Amino acid sequence: MKPIYAISENIISSLGFTATENTNGLLNGKTGIAVHHDNVLYPNPVVLSLIDTNKLEHSFKAVLDKYKKEHNAGSYTRLEKMLILSISDAIQGLPVRKDDKKLILILSTTKGNIDLLEDRYTAKFDHKRIYLWALASVIRDFFGFVNTPLIISNACISGVIALIKASRLLRSGKFNYAIVAGGDIATEFVISGFQSFQALSPEPCKPFDLNRKGLSLGEGCGTIVLTINPPETGTSGILIDGGAVTNDANHISGPSRTGEELSLAMNSAINESGIVNTDIDYISAHGTATPYNDEMEAKAISLSRMNGVPVNSFKGYWGHTLGAAGIIESAALIRSMKSNCLFRSAGFETPGVTETINVITETTYKPVNTCLKTASGFGGCNAALVFQKA
Amino acid sequence: MDKQITAYTYFGEGKVVVNKRLIFYQEKIATFAEFIKSLYKQEQLSYPKFYKMDSLSKLGFISAELLLRNENPGRFKPGSLAVVLANSSSSLDTDLAHQESIRNRSAYFPSPSVFVYTLANIVIGEICIRHGLKGENAFLVSEKFNAGQLEEYVSDLLDNNHAEACICGWVEILGNNFKALMALVEKDGSGAALKTEFAPLPFTEAAMNDLMKVN
Repeated sequence: MKPIYAISENIISSLGFTATENTNGLLNGKTGIAVHHDNVLYPNPVVLSLIDTNKLEHSFKAVLDKYKKEHNAGSYTRLEKMLILSISDAIQGLPVRKDDKKLILILSTTKGNIDLLEDRYTAKFDHKRIYLWALASVIRDFFGFVNTPLIISNACISGVIALIKASRLLRSGKFNYAIVAGGDIATEFVISGFQSFQALSPEPCKPFDLNRKGLSLGEGCGTIVLTINPPETGTSGILIDGGAVTNDANHISGPSRTGEELSLAMNSAINESGIVNTDIDYISAHGTATPYNDEMEAKAISLSRMNGVPVNSFKGYWGHTLGAAGIIESAALIRSMKSNCLFRSAGFETPGVTETINVITETTYKPVNTCLKTASGFGGCNAALVFQKA
Repeated sequence: MDKQITAYTYFGEGKVVVNKRLIFYQEKIATFAEFIKSLYKQEQLSYPKFYKMDSLSKLGFISAELLLRNENPGRFKPGSLAVVLANSSSSLDTDLAHQESIRNRSAYFPSPSVFVYTLANIVIGEICIRHGLKGENAFLVSEKFNAGQLEEYVSDLLDNNHAEACICGWVEILGNNFKALMALVEKDGSGAALKTEFAPLPFTEAAMNDLMKVN
């Protein structure tokens, strides 16, 4: 397959505003998940991973300066600020021309500016900003990109689909650069919804653990820049290889009972990459820490005969960031590859799934050359994507 | 053989068209709920889960139901039929209902049966469950119907063997305003040759735009 390079990545989460700040957090075993008493977000205390608002405002003002924009931070929503900040960091120093007709912005989000439905915002922003295409236009116009952005809104696999689609668009020759950005914010809308499902853990989430009690919601944002142009010699190139998407055709809010369909996505991605399952050094799983999801993933990993492959979930560090998850977890995976470091799966102590899988219990250094990112979501969707070193 | 549209459904202006044939018409639509219920009854559909769906899923579900009505499901290998849908307002119609349920702290009733539909791709999930489809999925959002974007997405899936066929189209609803166009696109339309009611069309951006207009 024609090589597609991932040349830059950004992560914005409770652990920091750059990929490096975030991976330093992972190395130090920090978790950004904590109990928050914020009546605006939820009537009761709730366990969340939140982005530091003061830091966001401060960093955003610096970006306005950098791009010589008026100081009108108030005319951007929280998510727009996060996305602009993330893209600005990711494209810094790259030979990306904003007016490049062969450049496309791909946006991954589940709920976009959903906070604008709250009474406190209805008078502040044009009602159109609630539409995902309006959000994408704000981001595109800020940077001056010329093409209409492609918007993927496919539940929790949005980010992985966005990366798969980006690599396919580049491989087809339609574009030379793809800026793949994803984000979602913590809102009463989402918190109350997951709470009504009784899906939220009363303590920071514990993916794959025996005592896991549900997921922890997080807000986050991330960007990965892909291109057909090989990076300069001397830098370690990361390739985005085969990818696949499947559906369980089973239930809209519960995962497959067998894991067959996620397994199918993993196998297809591996096949398309021209490799075999024993080539995989590491799996960055979805690992939400709900009882059924983690069980399904373990079954899928077992069906694909990868029980011995080191696996982790990043959700124990920054929670489930919904439309950002596939992007920021892939960005962390890329950092794992670049530093040959496998991060401990935070929150995991006692094996708690029926299949034997190799959950990473200690952060360890070893060669990480070929990896798999997976995601699953409401609507019964699954996605898998292979990363390799150039 | 070129990619072909081997069946389509269109919902708009009170009309429901299946493969060029007008099958339902209401001059004045009071509400979407009434419209879709009458159609469900007229077409003698029977799927109890339908009543639990939100409007977007009902619209997409019935579109797919009519699209695949005369199809032999065994014609497609398992996992080879993809679903790619798009719209303008995502799940906003149901988002507003969920937001309403949490607007008042003294009458706070968020419901999982509403919340689950606050994701645009749930309609794809419903279609996949009904027809046992395990292939590729994607839900795209664009301001207006973007036939070029859909054509590119679907052609890429079929040309690169990610799918043999694809249900694709536009399913838009907000309140009582709705419009849908759903097409069955096949890499090789020869399997559909037995169908006499509708001559397959070449799958192009222009053809999709035409189907959205001419009905």
